[in-house]
Amino acid sequence: MKRIESVNDFVIKFANVNGTGSASANSLFAKAVFRMGVPVSPKNIFPSNIQGLPTWYEVRVNDQGYLGRRGGVDIALSVNPQSMAEDILDVEPGGYFIYDDTKPLDLRLYRNDIAIIGLPLTRICNEQYDDPRQQQLFKNVIYVGALAALIDMDFKVLTGLVEDQFKDKKKLVLPNIHALELGYQHAKMNLDCPIGIRLEASDRVGDKILLDGNTALGLGALYGGATVAAWYPITPSTSVVDAFEKYAKRVRIDPGTGSRNYAIVQGEDELAAIGMAIGASWNGARAFTATSGPGVSLMSEFLGLAYFAEIPTVLFNVQRAGPSTGMPTRTQQSDILSCAYASHGDTKQVLLFPSTPKECFDFGALSFDLAERLQTPVILMSDLDLGMNDNMSEPLYWDDERMFDRGKIMTAEELEGGAEFGRYRDVDGDAICYRTYPGTHPTRGSFFTRGTSRNEYAVYTEKGEEYEANMLRLLRKWDTINEHVPVPIVTDCGRDTDSAVLFFGTSEESSKEALDYLSQEGIHMNAMRIRAFPFSSDVQRFIERHERVFVIEQNRDAQLRTLLMAEFEFGPDILKSVLCFDGTPISARNIRKQIKKYLDGDNILPLHRKTAVVAAGEPL
Amino acid sequence: MSYLVPKFRHPELPVNDLGYTKADYEGSISTLCAGCGHDSISGAIVTACHELSIPPHKIAKLSGIGCSSKAPTYFLGNSHGFNSVHGRMPSVVTGAALANKDLLYLGVSGDGDTASIGMGQFAHVARRNVNMVYIIMNNGCYGLTKGQDSATADRGSASKKGDPNIYSAIDLCGTALQMGATFVARGFSGDKEQLVPLIKAAISHRGFALIDVISPCVTFNNNAASTKSYEFVRDHSEATGTIDFVPMHDEITTEYDPGSHHEVTMHDGSTIHLYKVEDSFDPFNRSSAISALEAHRTEGNILTGLIYLNKDSRDLHEVMETSQRPLNELDETDLCPGNRMLDNINASLR
Repeated sequence: MKRIESVNDFVIKFANVNGTGSASANSLFAKAVFRMGVPVSPKNIFPSNIQGLPTWYEVRVNDQGYLGRRGGVDIALSVNPQSMAEDILDVEPGGYFIYDDTKPLDLRLYRNDIAIIGLPLTRICNEQYDDPRQQQLFKNVIYVGALAALIDMDFKVLTGLVEDQFKDKKKLVLPNIHALELGYQHAKMNLDCPIGIRLEASDRVGDKILLDGNTALGLGALYGGATVAAWYPITPSTSVVDAFEKYAKRVRIDPGTGSRNYAIVQGEDELAAIGMAIGASWNGARAFTATSGPGVSLMSEFLGLAYFAEIPTVLFNVQRAGPSTGMPTRTQQSDILSCAYASHGDTKQVLLFPSTPKECFDFGALSFDLAERLQTPVILMSDLDLGMNDNMSEPLYWDDERMFDRGKIMTAEELEGGAEFGRYRDVDGDAICYRTYPGTHPTRGSFFTRGTSRNEYAVYTEKGEEYEANMLRLLRKWDTINEHVPVPIVTDCGRDTDSAVLFFGTSEESSKEALDYLSQEGIHMNAMRIRAFPFSSDVQRFIERHERVFVIEQNRDAQLRTLLMAEFEFGPDILKSVLCFDGTPISARNIRKQIKKYLDGDNILPLHRKTAVVAAGEPL
Repeated sequence: MSYLVPKFRHPELPVNDLGYTKADYEGSISTLCAGCGHDSISGAIVTACHELSIPPHKIAKLSGIGCSSKAPTYFLGNSHGFNSVHGRMPSVVTGAALANKDLLYLGVSGDGDTASIGMGQFAHVARRNVNMVYIIMNNGCYGLTKGQDSATADRGSASKKGDPNIYSAIDLCGTALQMGATFVARGFSGDKEQLVPLIKAAISHRGFALIDVISPCVTFNNNAASTKSYEFVRDHSEATGTIDFVPMHDEITTEYDPGSHHEVTMHDGSTIHLYKVEDSFDPFNRSSAISALEAHRTEGNILTGLIYLNKDSRDLHEVMETSQRPLNELDETDLCPGNRMLDNINASLR
């Protein structure tokens, strides 16, 4: 048997039981790798359950900086007998399976193409601790200690992290370090250390941070000046408002009076949540709500009102696997169409697609400027993978000179000076009209906001031509919006090629890695990452200059591709789908495999004929 | 910020303390049916706001969908209005009130908009004690879709369509009490003498003030078999008492018999004088209010007047301890913690 040998390049998967405190031990491991200067990407794969069901924590360690899911497992660390049969099968040939051998391995599970390493976790815990809760909690810390010996980690980094983590609860430091040492010493004395996979200190992390997208979004809302947050609990978006509240409690309390410069209301449902956000925005405060797919469905009627009545609205959608309740704790990018055209009638909603925590922060704050400048809902499309996992990211930055863009607001002075006010009158050609806040002027500038048709002065009308003129103005406004949203990012492969990939959000890292694999095989492709809807004309030009474009996305129905076809009228002959919708983040290997299905060989050769064959003869 | 208050004096129309005539509080011409109870309620709102000298632009009027929710167009033309989504006015008001605590929020809804599609939001806006006046124009039917029964239609009551209602009725005053409303009253669109002071008292209350106003639908539900007709309501309403409203700056000139009335100082300094009809009824006690509602309902009567008032009400802003300055007035300096804090956060994430 040839064992996998590598330094700073592997995938380890921890298999645990939900609710046993494993998450903090596993993230301790991931953070220790990060502190050793090695790029790391942990993904928590958890059930919709509080206690008892299987949960996994998959950590990609890669010195080259590939952060997406690679696919496959090199080391499985099994602490959950329930899932042991499938966990052992996950291990790549030559890989390592570490398990609690207090109870011997069921011989039917045995594989002779991997290394099987026994670690008597339960026995060590039972010998050391009398309290059952401690036996359970420290078991997690002990395996991290043992792992440190097995893959030759810097033990001091682990103990340093424990000290940082418990700096406010000092009495927890020593017991945790003791548990780490128990595992470390046991492995050193009883096992062959290190195994073929090792960690070495590196310098590939730079000034990057390890942060989850939801916290970054909460901070984005804080820096973007949100004062009203209305929400309804739903996985995986709940921690957005939690983070907003955590930091607001630190920095938004008036030092003189102790009063709060923010208000957070947990609504009775998502309808109330977005209703409150809309009411507050209408009244001149910056407000937001955060939800996931089922919440978006409920909010759709209000989104139509906000679109039609032109009320700034900020909605953070942390997507999960649908439809219906779907897989509520698994990731997908499957609300693209339901958000892009959210609500009945002719609507188009602004979407932003961040792909890193840094972009969650930047786009989160930007959402408020955009919503107020453009007077329309802005839906930020994160997902569970980005939102709830610690992602390596550029550090957050705020320009202290930056001012909020409050958009077109007519003031009391302007009204007093005789400025003519018509809420839906386009006075300067960008199709965005002036609004007034309630309470501005005693006799001028009041208007009636309504979801019914109305004329330029906000007066109810059922005249077809007035309705139509307003709808056409909203379409012209869509062009103005296009000038404001983040532009797509193109990566040119530097060769002559007629193929390209197009992706957005959390498919970025795996897509980039897959492109590297393919280029090593002689297949070179340009890449574009879309960051917003409306799509800029750059997207159209990019697609047009290729014979075929692979649209990589994490849903079943190729929703972004459908949107591209609807907006630009491209046909299926040009846009090919690369999809993953099993609820786990798309992996580089998966992308490579799907693209290879279409292309075999070197695409620097002309591919026109092959394209025709694919289109005519093979199912898509 | 200062505003030029119009000094215009119409030779015949009286002006209030701000120099406004009643006409300054009116809206556009009503498009409701001639004789609609809702128009009388609009008139009562205009009178109350004018007499209380509330600057019209410091009022925001919000509604849902339905005949009732169209009504805000027909009063307070100098106030911002918001005709929102069916049954969702309470959430929009909650957000608006959070953004700016200094405006008066007037929510207008109907029995369909509140008791059916909006029941959830109604319950929650009451329990959050949002500082607002919530007026229900209650006619027991869906006028705008031609007269279907609503959830406040009494069992056995029949609209013009003829079939008696087979379901039990929701009493919105009772519901509001259960949900924690701090001011609950019921009026009748045909009794302005009672309704205007009730609206004034509701405005001066800090917290959620509900007025359920029976407002007959002349087109679909004003027939002999209906319990929401003008005739039936006139014959079957019994007031808890009468109410005088004295604004803070007015001198109290009337002599009151100390045995028959309660004097209540409202949050804004105004006073209400309440004359009770029955000694056993205590409008400051929630269980007494619930019993009174129930006793009258059992007898087939409609209890009107001030039903409950919590004098210790603390509104949403008070319990949330939000800033005295309206949140919509805060700017970058107040809200944005700056890059130095981000540097610290970044450092903690390495």
